[in-house]
Amino acid sequence: MIEAPELPIWAAIIVGFFVLAGASITLIGAIGLVRLGSFYERVHAPTLGPTLGTICILIASITCFTTLQSRPVIHEILIGVFISLTTPVTLMLLARAALYRDSREGAIDVPGDSANAIND
Amino acid sequence: MSLFLLAFVITMAQIILGLAMGCAVFRVVRGPRAQDRVLGLDALYLAAMLVLLTYGIQTGRTLFFEAALVVALLGFAGTVALAKFLMRGEVIE
Repeated sequence: MIEAPELPIWAAIIVGFFVLAGASITLIGAIGLVRLGSFYERVHAPTLGPTLGTICILIASITCFTTLQSRPVIHEILIGVFISLTTPVTLMLLARAALYRDSREGAIDVPGDSANAIND
Repeated sequence: MSLFLLAFVITMAQIILGLAMGCAVFRVVRGPRAQDRVLGLDALYLAAMLVLLTYGIQTGRTLFFEAALVVALLGFAGTVALAKFLMRGEVIE
């Protein structure tokens, strides 16, 4: 479906650039999710999407709606704050769960010693 | 002309985000262990939220913003519950 909002040329350039940049950065993170070897390497890759990708697309959205409605529209910041607060929490919980499962099963390729890591 | 270019760029971005969702689905299907699948699910809902945001830019309606916010909230709750389940074997203790 080809359609686009009626934006002036400067706003169209800003919106296009940031939308494309955000989508590309999210794709780079997702490719890292496919290509990296172990779980502890993979858990780093998708953090590109929540941080830089989301921020770029939110900047594009703020610019678009501020120009369309001729007033500051900043409620997209809610999503930015929420995503940047929750992503580290979820990924740390997930990594700790994986560490617990691996150490309980006595896996070999666990990074570091979990008992020493807690004492440090 | 600039309108057509902007429409093309936004559609392109949606295709790129669709490819990112495909990578996440690959990890959900293939992932050797349960934590890999949860990680893929996390990346999947985030890319879906970004697609909703670009769709809101494309149509110029703020309706899609609320949908994106709900997707972000439910995705966070779901991933935390799954990580808790992997850790303890039950969600609420």
